[in-house]
Amino acid sequence: MNVTHLSESRAHSAPAAGDAARDAIIEVEGIHKIYGGSVTALENINLDFHRGALTSLLGPSGCGKTTLLKILAGLLQPTSGEVRVNGTPVTGPGPERAFVFQDFALMPWATVLRNAAYGLELRGVSLREREERARHYIDEVGLSGFEDKYPHELSGGMRQRVGLARALAVDADVLLMDEPFSAVDEQTRRKFQEDLIRLREIEKKTFLLVTHSIEEAVYLSDRIVLLSPRPGRVAQIVTPEIDRSGDPDAIRRTPEYLDLIDEIWAGLRTYVE
Amino acid sequence: MASTTQTNAAEGPVAGLTSRWASAAADTPAIWKILSLALIFGAWEIAGRTNFNYAFPGFLETMAALWEMIADGSMGAAYLRTAEPLVLGLVISLAIGVSSGVAMGLRRDVEWLTLPIFITMQAAPMAALIPLVTFVYGIGLASKVLAVVMLSLPVIAINSYKAVRNVPSSLVDMSRSFMGSRRQQVFGIILPAASPMMFAGIRLGVAEGFSGAVLAELLITPTGIGDLITYNRSIAKFAHMYAAIFSIVALAVITVSLLHRLEVTLFRPEKRGV
Ligand SMILES: Nc1ncnc2c1ncn2[C@@H]1O[C@H](COP(=O)(O)OP(=O)(O)OP(=O)(O)O)[C@@H](O)[C@H]1O
Ligand SMILES: [Mg+2]
Repeated sequence: MNVTHLSESRAHSAPAAGDAARDAIIEVEGIHKIYGGSVTALENINLDFHRGALTSLLGPSGCGKTTLLKILAGLLQPTSGEVRVNGTPVTGPGPERAFVFQDFALMPWATVLRNAAYGLELRGVSLREREERARHYIDEVGLSGFEDKYPHELSGGMRQRVGLARALAVDADVLLMDEPFSAVDEQTRRKFQEDLIRLREIEKKTFLLVTHSIEEAVYLSDRIVLLSPRPGRVAQIVTPEIDRSGDPDAIRRTPEYLDLIDEIWAGLRTYVE
Repeated sequence: MASTTQTNAAEGPVAGLTSRWASAAADTPAIWKILSLALIFGAWEIAGRTNFNYAFPGFLETMAALWEMIADGSMGAAYLRTAEPLVLGLVISLAIGVSSGVAMGLRRDVEWLTLPIFITMQAAPMAALIPLVTFVYGIGLASKVLAVVMLSLPVIAINSYKAVRNVPSSLVDMSRSFMGSRRQQVFGIILPAASPMMFAGIRLGVAEGFSGAVLAELLITPTGIGDLITYNRSIAKFAHMYAAIFSIVALAVITVSLLHRLEVTLFRPEKRGV
């Protein structure tokens, strides 16, 4: 209860056998990724992602976070190893996973409504139904009233909300988010983080969040996977136990929150120096 | 604003004067366009009146000649002749240029096979090849069509290719991550995303096609508008000669501006009314 918020903390990545007993929605086994025959981006990644949890991938720039997330999404093929979602090996993108892009990846020629409904459009959902569902999620991410605007008429934070609504609208089990808040300013970012916590309570989905902000990882995650610099390996897994029900600003001042940030920073520091 | 910079960047070093002028013209408010035209025509009129060259008529004199040729039907008849190789050539260039450009952008093997041809075509001084074309295809319509194609095709193909290559990869990844088929990726994402740069190339290509048509009429056999220019020069009716030149420049600018409108209405709803 007191200062012990590091409930699991391992120097190496070998997963304990007990882990598999927990409900893992995504299992990563022995993933290697080598780019162009020479650049080893990921080395022997073994991980489980628990259903309903928010897991952050945290690590220095270039350590392979995006690479790992894209492999999980089925957008990239690993050089070796296997990813299983709900027990089925991943060979490409699937309906149970949705991606939120760092640069938003919105179609500039389409309105907010059409962008948010795009995933459904590709699946052949009728216009009426997909617009209805898109409207629901646009409202849920706090963008109602902007349905007919084009992306260039929105701020960066609002654009990312569209990206989030699009991912939510296809009703995937897992949301893969690649630094979703990195292109927005600090105030927007905090607001966004608070909204994400609220959204998790409504949506009951599994979230995978890539970030290189320690504060963000600690504030949001049930579990933080720390990756080492290239070649990316799992350096440590940290499980923050922070009560997020209270006032957001108060959370950011609790000793648990601040201590954990210091601890992770101390761990990462060895790579930077 | 963003559209202006993007268009100019896309045109790059191959930018033709008419097209650049036209795309700039399409983006500026009407009052500026009128003001800029007034300035140019005013300067022209003054230059004409200084009599620095006996063969250089003023703006008003040229307009009078233009009106005369329109009224007596000679202008209309000339354009009917010129339109034939121009339209045929442009249709061929558009069809081949856009489709091969897109194919090169989408597929490495097509790129390897085809791109060098277009790069060579673009680098070669096409005007110098027109006599050769005449030698092979004679002085008929085929040669003139070919002249238009030779000038407009490479620009259209290369810009379409670059446009497809420059589509942000995250947009394609996005479509893929939501399980878009290849067809949905190409028609739903790649082509709309490539359309601004592709249309910049098309506008350049059309402007080049106008050059090709006139060059062919000046170098192969004088017909249509080329004939109006050469004939009036030979009988020293310089105002008429300039009127013919003016008319083709104006037509090229108008065509290119209309293309810009077409692009915005067809592909870029977000730029409507901006
Ligand atoms: N397509 C590619 N070809 C070759 N090397 C690549 C490619 N994509 C990524 N890499 C390399 O792989 C390593 C990991 O890249 P990745 O984008 O996954 O890092 P990241 O952790 O997401 O970094 P950042 O925090 O900067 O986004 C980097 O060193 C990068 O240079
Ligand atoms: Mg990244």
